[in-house]
Amino acid sequence: MSVADILATLYFGVLRLDPANPNDPKRDRFILSKGHCTGALYATLAEKGFFPVEQLDTYMQPLSRLNGHPNRNYTPGVETNTGPLGHGVPVAVGVAIAGQIDSSDYRVFVVVGDGELQEGSNWEAALTAGHRKLTNLTLIVDRNGLQQGARTEDTAALEPLADKWRAFGWDVIEVDGHDHDALLSIFTAPSNERTKPLCVLARTHKGQGVSFMRDQVSWHHGVPNQAQYELALQEIGQ
Amino acid sequence: MSGETKVAGHFDCREVFAKTIEALAEQDERIVAVVNDSVGSSKLVGFQKRFPNRLINVGIAEQAMVGVGAGLANGGKVPFVSGASCFLTARALEQIKADVAYTNTNVKLCGMSSGIAYGELGPTHHSIEDFGWLRLLPNLTIIAPSDRWETEEAIKAAAAIEGPFFLRISRMPVPDFVRPAGAVFRVGAAEILKQGHNAAIIANGVMVSRALEAADQLLASGVDVRVINMASIAPLDVEAIRSAAETGAIVTAEEHSVRGGLGGAVAEVVATSCPCRLRILGFPGFLPTGSPEFLLERHGLTASGIAAAVRETLEARKAA
Repeated sequence: MSVADILATLYFGVLRLDPANPNDPKRDRFILSKGHCTGALYATLAEKGFFPVEQLDTYMQPLSRLNGHPNRNYTPGVETNTGPLGHGVPVAVGVAIAGQIDSSDYRVFVVVGDGELQEGSNWEAALTAGHRKLTNLTLIVDRNGLQQGARTEDTAALEPLADKWRAFGWDVIEVDGHDHDALLSIFTAPSNERTKPLCVLARTHKGQGVSFMRDQVSWHHGVPNQAQYELALQEIGQ
Repeated sequence: MSGETKVAGHFDCREVFAKTIEALAEQDERIVAVVNDSVGSSKLVGFQKRFPNRLINVGIAEQAMVGVGAGLANGGKVPFVSGASCFLTARALEQIKADVAYTNTNVKLCGMSSGIAYGELGPTHHSIEDFGWLRLLPNLTIIAPSDRWETEEAIKAAAAIEGPFFLRISRMPVPDFVRPAGAVFRVGAAEILKQGHNAAIIANGVMVSRALEAADQLLASGVDVRVINMASIAPLDVEAIRSAAETGAIVTAEEHSVRGGLGGAVAEVVATSCPCRLRILGFPGFLPTGSPEFLLERHGLTASGIAAAVRETLEARKAA
């Protein structure tokens, strides 16, 4: 849920996409590197019109095309199959290089989890993105501070995270990841005025909108019971 | 035909690899090369000079190299992702699985200096496990060309066919084979280089020339063996294996571990559908240091080693 506002802002205010033509070569690319957030991604794709909203009921059911992690061969709108962490950024860098070679005006957005940044492959790709000055690339860190077992800073500390990205040749903007207006203004700023790839450190809260889930490690991968589910819906609806 | 060669001498297939990619890139602007600081060892200096903005060097970073390749394919490019096979396939195995095979992207992985080309550098630099771990991945076509012609044809096929490929390119010099006029390379089709009915040798890559030589030696002593070039490990020509099994004895030869590679693939077919005598020639595990020739000799991966294995297999069959 920490990523929901980022997805909503991108899909309904930023990305140039046509659900009727999901493989249009000129489309903007969105890559969800933290592939475990399919709950949020599928809801967004369905709402955007990539597939019927009713299909969400099949999520992770036997033989559903809505796999627990995204699969582009089953689900229109998915760009690359993720699930193992540290895969989205290198792929996003590759798409951005293709756009750079072709002087295409599409943009590439990739969302990574913060704990995911412990994977070294991200930093391999970050070096190349900085080196090649991929101004068409925007990386968003869903900085909710938690990973599966504990806080990131109690596990393998990431801070000072902004300094790390700057040192790799990126511009960095820090933002409240639940503030739609702030996110929109960052994502829609003309990329041709930049000289470096952009890293948006979006400060977010796990379980945003649900008081008993918010920022709780135990809810990283928790499943609510019926009473918790109803209470959560009630709180989000408020 | 026998082990006759077209042009005297032995040739490093990396040269024709680079020349072919350059020629294809001239005609098709989607073709790009992705390397891990391996411009020289992949012989891509010429490519870089001709197409400087289509050579993407990510540095010594194999995971990024494969992921970037998958991204380039998403952006409409046809990337030839080229690096030493030991690092490309082992270091980036999860990227090959998820970003290339599972996502089913149009990425052409080129494992250079494969097998024991870096013999003296030891097991970290040997790539004698790559068939094994790549053969498990659905969607991935795996080709180990045997000479210059086949290397060129395999690269052209990889460029023409949509989908993930792994091309295993050796740096060990090999001769050119004489092929019938109009010979065509087909992905997934075994090539019968010599007919024979007493036994069959199934080989690929640098072992094919040795297999042909072994067949000549055997013929001189009255043993007539079939020689099958199984360049394509995936998809596998199951019919050619079943037909070879009808001779009653198969010997496989590969520049790879005896586990999980060509021999393993043949064994799966033989054991489940056409039982016959089978001997798998390859390497037993981590190898000591030594030149490629020394290591091949030590493990019986020579013409006389293959011929001896065929004789032993036929004798065992007779004794049984």
